[in-house]
Amino acid sequence: METPALLKISGLSKSFGPVRALRDVSFELRAGEIHAIAGENGAGKSTLMKVIDGILPPDSGDIQIDGRSVSIPSPLAAQKLGIGFVHQEIALCPDVSVAENIFMSITNASKALLMNYRDLEKRAATILARLGNIDPTVMVRSLSISQQQLVEIAKALTLDCRILIFDEPTAALTEREAKKLFEIIHLLAGQGIGIVYISHRMAEIFDNCDRVTVLRDGQYITTLDIAAATPEQVVASMVGRVIDSLYPEKLRDDEKSEDILLEVTNLSEATAFRDISFQLRKAEILGIGGLIGAGRSEIVRGICRLEGQVIGDVSLHGKPLSLTHYGDSIAAGIVYLSEDRKGDGLFLDMSIAANISALAVDRIATRFGLINERREKHRAERIGRQLSLKCGHVGQPVSTLSGGNQQKVAIAKMLSVDPKVIFLDEPTRGVDVGAKAEIHRILRKLARDGVGIVVISSELPELIGVCDRVLIVREGRITGEVTGDAMTEENIMVLASLADEGRDRTAA
Amino acid sequence: MSIVGERMDSATQAARIGFGERLGGLIRMRETGLILIIAVLFAVMSFASPYFLTWDNMRAMAMAFAVEGIVVVGMTILLISGGIDLSVGSVTALAMVIAGLLFLGGVDPWLASLVAIAACAGIGAFMGFFVTRVGLHHFIVSLAVMVIARGLCLLGTGGRPLGLYTLPPEFKFIGQGAIGGIPVVIVIFIVFTIASDFMLRRTTMFRKVFYTGSNEKAAAYSGIRTKKVVFLTTTLCSTLCGFAGVIYMARFGSAQPTFGAGMELNVIAAAVIGGASLTGGSGTILGAILGTILLSVVSSSLALLDVSVYWQDIIRGSILLTAVTADYYFNKRRG
Repeated sequence: METPALLKISGLSKSFGPVRALRDVSFELRAGEIHAIAGENGAGKSTLMKVIDGILPPDSGDIQIDGRSVSIPSPLAAQKLGIGFVHQEIALCPDVSVAENIFMSITNASKALLMNYRDLEKRAATILARLGNIDPTVMVRSLSISQQQLVEIAKALTLDCRILIFDEPTAALTEREAKKLFEIIHLLAGQGIGIVYISHRMAEIFDNCDRVTVLRDGQYITTLDIAAATPEQVVASMVGRVIDSLYPEKLRDDEKSEDILLEVTNLSEATAFRDISFQLRKAEILGIGGLIGAGRSEIVRGICRLEGQVIGDVSLHGKPLSLTHYGDSIAAGIVYLSEDRKGDGLFLDMSIAANISALAVDRIATRFGLINERREKHRAERIGRQLSLKCGHVGQPVSTLSGGNQQKVAIAKMLSVDPKVIFLDEPTRGVDVGAKAEIHRILRKLARDGVGIVVISSELPELIGVCDRVLIVREGRITGEVTGDAMTEENIMVLASLADEGRDRTAA
Repeated sequence: MSIVGERMDSATQAARIGFGERLGGLIRMRETGLILIIAVLFAVMSFASPYFLTWDNMRAMAMAFAVEGIVVVGMTILLISGGIDLSVGSVTALAMVIAGLLFLGGVDPWLASLVAIAACAGIGAFMGFFVTRVGLHHFIVSLAVMVIARGLCLLGTGGRPLGLYTLPPEFKFIGQGAIGGIPVVIVIFIVFTIASDFMLRRTTMFRKVFYTGSNEKAAAYSGIRTKKVVFLTTTLCSTLCGFAGVIYMARFGSAQPTFGAGMELNVIAAAVIGGASLTGGSGTILGAILGTILLSVVSSSLALLDVSVYWQDIIRGSILLTAVTADYYFNKRRG
C-alpha cells in the first residue's frame, strides 16, 4: 500500500448545463488490476472515461497519476500520460492496411515527408504478435469484427500505455471472441498495465475483473472486491434498489399447454439453413440459442419471408399459411423485432406515434386511405401505457428516448398489429438492467395472454432466465433442445459449438 | 449518442422532452420563417421599386413559379423517399417536344399531351427500374437520363424551337387564359399544391414514402415494399415533369428543346430550402412551395433592381447554402 495508485480520481464533477453528469466521483486504479466500471446507461461511465481521456474537461476534482496531480486537456495529453482507450465503436479506416491503422496517430504526428511502409509493417507485426494472428499488410475491411477490435487494441498499445480503458468491447463479439479478448486483457494486466473495463454484463465482470466500481446517476456508489461480492449486490447498487429476481417467473407445469400455436416444418433456405422443424406451444416462451452466424436470425427472418429463398411449411393454429412477402406474414399475425434497433428497427427521426403505426398504417386510416391522426395518437398512447413507455408525448421523435424506451417503441410497433407470434431478435441488446427486467416481464405477460413469443439471444443467462424451452442452432440446423433443469450454459454451449457429426445430442 | 451519456436522469429527460416539443415548433417555424423572409422582401421591394407591388408584377412572378412548382412537388416527394432526380429540366423539355412534334404531325393537342405525359412516366419508370432493380444510384441514373432526354429533344427538333401557331385556343387556355382574372396556370398550381400537401400529410400511401426515406431497412422490416415505393416516387416525379412540359407548351405556344436547362438545381434548391432533406425522410409541400416562391421573388426583385443576371445565380446559390447550413446546425443540435 506504500506505492501510490496508478490512477486516482477524487471529487470529480462535470455538468452539461443543468445536467450533472458526474457528481463528486472517486475512482482508483492499481497497476496490474482489471477494474470494472458498472452502471446503467446514463450513470456517467462514458462521461468519466471521456474526462480521463481528455475529451471533456472536468468542472472540478483531482486526477493523480502515480501520486502526482495532472491535468488532461486533450486526448493527445492523455496519450502522453500513458492512457490508452479502446472505444466501443470501432474507429478504423476500412480501406487502409492494418499497419497504417495501428500507427495512424504516430504517422499523423510525424514530420517525415514519405511513408516508410516496411518499417510500419515490421513494427505493427511486433505489436500484433502479442495479440493474435493478424497480417499487418491486409486491409482492415477484410478482418472480422473481433480482429478489428484487436487492431484497436494494438493501436492503443503503440502508445506505450500504462492505463488501458475498454468501453464495452464485447458488445459486438461472439462468446468465443470475447473469451479470446479476455485472455489478452489478462495478459496485459500481467504486464502491469492497469485495465479499466466498462461493462454492464455481470457474467463478464465476475469472471474476469478484480474489482468493480459502481456509478449511478453520475454518483460514485461503491467499489467492491469481486472475490467478496455477488452479482445481485452489484446489480442492486447499479439500479439503487434490490431486484428480487432478474427474470420473471417461468411457466408452471400446470400452465403448460399442448396446444400448438405455430408449427414450422422442413423449412430450408438456399444457403442459410435447412430442415428446420419446430413447434411453438401456447403460453410458452421459446428461445433460440446458438453462436452468432449460426443462422438463428436467418431462420426467423425466413419464416417471416423477410429474406432468402425459403421453402417449407409454416402453419398457425394448425392452418397452413402461404406467405410470399413479409406483408403476408404481418397480415397473418407473425412479426419480427429486428436485432439492430437503430439500423433497421426504428425511424429515429420520426415520431413515436408514426413509428408505432408503421407496421400497419391501414389500421389507423379511414376507409378512403386517409390517416386519422387522433386514432394514431390514441393507439400509440394506449400501447405505450401497456408497455409503461416513458415519454413526454407520442409526437416526439424516437431519437430523444433512452435505449430501453426506444426498444419499447420497437416492441409497441409489433403489438400495434395484435400479433399472434412475435419473433424477438436480441430484444434487450443495449438496454440497461432496469429496462431489461421490465422487457422480460412484458414478454412473459404477452405469452400468458396467448401471444407466441420466440426469443433469439446471444446472452445465455437471458435465454436461460426468460425461456421455457430453448432450441439450439448450429450451422443452419437445429442441433438440440433443452428445457427445465437441462437449460444450463454448458449444455447450450455444447450443442451450439460442438460438431459431432450425425449424432446430434438432445439434452432433455 | 449525446455527450451526456446514453440516457439522462428524469430531470434531464423532462428537459429533453421540452426540447422535443420546441423542436416541433421549430419545424413549423421553418415555414413561418420562410413566410417572414418573403414578407420582409416584399416590404423592402415595395419601397425600392414602385413597379414591384403592381398586379402585373405579382402576376408575372406567380406565372414564373407556378409551373415549376408542379415539378417541385414531384421532386419533394422523391427527395422524401430518399431519391433525387437531375433530369427534371430535360424531361420537361422532352414533354414539350414530344407533344409539339405530334401536334405538328396532325395529332389532336390533347391526345398529343397525353402521349407526352405517358412518355415521361415511361422515362420515370425506366429510371425507377435502374434504381430499384439494377441497384444504381438515383444521382447517376438521372444524370444519364438528363443528358439522354436533352439529346432526344435536340434530335427531334434539329435544335430549333417548334412554333405551334395553330394550337387551338381552348388548349392555349390552360397556359394563357384566366378564370375571373386569375391565370389558369395559377389556379392549377394552387389546387395541385393544396391537394398534394393534403395527400402527403394524410394518406397512408404517402406515409409509406416517409417511412421508406427515413430508414429504408426499417421500412422493409415493417412490411413496406420499399422498392415499389421508390419506383413509384421516381415515376411520379417524371410524370409531373410531363404535366409541367405540356402546360409550358400551352403557355408559350411553342416547344423549346433547350428549355429547362438548370431547372433541376432550382427545383432541388427550393425543396431543400423548404425543409426537404437530401438523405430522405423529411420535407413538406408547403415548405418546398415557399422555397420556390422565395427564389422566384428574389430573382424578380434582382431583375427589377437591374442587378446583372450573373449576380442572380450567385445570390441564389448563397441562399441555398445559408438554408442548408442552418439545417445542418439544427439537425446537429437535435442529434
